[in-house]
Amino acid sequence: MTQISFYLTLALYGVATLLYLACLLKTTPCLATAAQRVLVGGFLMHCLAVIHRFIAAGYLPITNMHESLSFFALTIVGVYLFFESRYKVGILGSFIVPFALLISIGAGIVPMEIKPLNPALRSAWIYSHTIMAFGAYAFFTISGGVATIYLIQSHFLKKKQLGPLFVKLPSLDILDDIGYRCLAFGFPMLTIAIITGAIWASRAWGSYWSWDPKETWSLITWFIYAALLHGRLTTGWRGRRAAILTICGFLFMLFTFIGVNLWIPGLHSYT
Amino acid sequence: MNIIVIGLSHKTASVDIREKVAFSPNSIEKPLRDLLSLDGIVEGIIVSTCNRVEIYATTHDIAGGIARIRRFLADYHHLSYDLLEPHLYSFHGEDAIRHVFRVASSLDSMVVGEPQILGQIKTSYGYAAEYKTSGIILNRFLHKAFSVAKRVRTETKIASSAVSVSFAAVELAKKIFGNLNDKTVMLIGAGEMCELAARHFLNNGAKNVLVTNRTFEKAERLAGEFNGEAIPFEDLFLNLHKADIVLTSTGAPHAIITPDSLEEVIRRRRMRPVFLIDIAVPRDIDPAVNELDAVYLYDMDDLQQVVAANLEGRKQEADKAEAIIAEEIGQFYKWVATLEVRPTIVALRNRFDELRRAEVERTISNWKDAPPDTEKRLEALTSAFMNKLLHHPSIVLKKSGQGNRTDLYLDALRVLFELELDNGVEEESLELEE
Repeated sequence: MTQISFYLTLALYGVATLLYLACLLKTTPCLATAAQRVLVGGFLMHCLAVIHRFIAAGYLPITNMHESLSFFALTIVGVYLFFESRYKVGILGSFIVPFALLISIGAGIVPMEIKPLNPALRSAWIYSHTIMAFGAYAFFTISGGVATIYLIQSHFLKKKQLGPLFVKLPSLDILDDIGYRCLAFGFPMLTIAIITGAIWASRAWGSYWSWDPKETWSLITWFIYAALLHGRLTTGWRGRRAAILTICGFLFMLFTFIGVNLWIPGLHSYT
Repeated sequence: MNIIVIGLSHKTASVDIREKVAFSPNSIEKPLRDLLSLDGIVEGIIVSTCNRVEIYATTHDIAGGIARIRRFLADYHHLSYDLLEPHLYSFHGEDAIRHVFRVASSLDSMVVGEPQILGQIKTSYGYAAEYKTSGIILNRFLHKAFSVAKRVRTETKIASSAVSVSFAAVELAKKIFGNLNDKTVMLIGAGEMCELAARHFLNNGAKNVLVTNRTFEKAERLAGEFNGEAIPFEDLFLNLHKADIVLTSTGAPHAIITPDSLEEVIRRRRMRPVFLIDIAVPRDIDPAVNELDAVYLYDMDDLQQVVAANLEGRKQEADKAEAIIAEEIGQFYKWVATLEVRPTIVALRNRFDELRRAEVERTISNWKDAPPDTEKRLEALTSAFMNKLLHHPSIVLKKSGQGNRTDLYLDALRVLFELELDNGVEEESLELEE
């Protein structure tokens, strides 16, 4: 049952991705509306799939690779839909939704069966720690996508290549605004995730900080975003170099989230 | 009678030369009167804008007239003729007509198609009409130029290109700033295009205007027009960081905004993007500033390329406009050519003779028992009558010499007696002073 709703979600995300990519080639308002509706449908189906799994497993389904990737895709789509409705920037979806689809496909490839929960994770801390971490990941993903578009748009403006894509992409100001908001939400969430993780670790493993690979890499990610925010608040740092650093932050975050689990064994490896 | 044009423009002279030769509209009467007092100059109009200073005149002595007006431009402004001479151009005959038609149609403007030049010529013509320094030929000439400009404007898309340059600038700004509300526009230097673009930015929501100019009074005047703030030129870099959009069109011989000077400005702007539009030739802004992170620099060529991409067949439109002008030159030139004393008298005589002959023949053919020498007598009678009739007008025309009045007579004769000189001249109503 949970698998059916997950595959339905995949199908809806697939259709939404095609529609959003079509938006890049053609500009028709109904195409953009259709893309958004299908994506909302996919999002609701995804929520349903997660709730199903929650009920079936009896715990918050973010404990193995499938569940993590699936939940990651869900938060990305959720945060993206928030920004799309708020800033009316459907074109952003042409960059974000395909990524969410890739993550969901990844979730579909890895083993999906429900296993009994690892005793170490049986704690109320799992909610605050993981939800904050996933929220931060979603915001950083959006900020990475926005930074990429910023670089493209800035390149078009500098090189005076004012083609159809230039016309479709949003203004630098809106991109900058969305990117900053993502940081403003994502950074405190990452901070809370790290703090709650440390407290939880002291309870579960007996030490606040044990230089587990996940901890190390999330700290590096945290420093990158801290530097970005600091620059922004003190000297108004923005523009191309800030966009490049934002993309770096996103890549580090992605490695912290997925790469560490896949390639570096440590305390956080539950898959 | 010949039309001559003497002047200089943005194409031949830099702004510091143009400024020295410019005539103030407040005291245009004296130069107009001085111009007409020159030997051999019959009519005259002075057009003086920030991009050009031109004198349109009529004379019978083309070479002398041109030489005297060229001197006049230097002498009136107490400049050395050698300094001015290389910047001056002069035209006569068809070339003069083509030049004025092209100027009025905005084909000779710095920004082809910009609309202000026509109004400026109309104002200049208004002064000449007020002080009666323009006469029958220039009146007709300028009205023709206005109608040609109108034709070019309505029948080609040339005019829309200037507007679309400003439009393109606004669209680009929106891609940088989102919307233009509460944005500040700064004008450095003055120019038709700058003002046009600034107005466009204001219409699209920009809030504040800062104006600076080497001549502070000019900055104040322009700032007044936009309800903005005038800034002394020396304080340019103290204020540059306030501007989100900067329009430059000074006549400075080298760049006034360099990467070094701009870096400090960007720091003070807390790295918020700035959109620079450089309209000046030579450029006011070092192209290297485009490499700076938050700087987006566009010059006139860039903007026109943007427009050209949207406006296909711009070349065709320009060709179309030139074709309209060529067509109108033909008609007008024929009319000017008719205003000559000798051919007019000949034509008048021919016309009368034609009528006389026709009447004599008709009388003879209807007169069955006429005496044998009737035809000879009738010929003598009518010829004598015709000669008597034409004697006085011919004398007056020949005596009145080369002046405004003669042209008036000639034109009147041509219309009243339907004289055809140089064939095929289109009949147009007499456009005397309005």
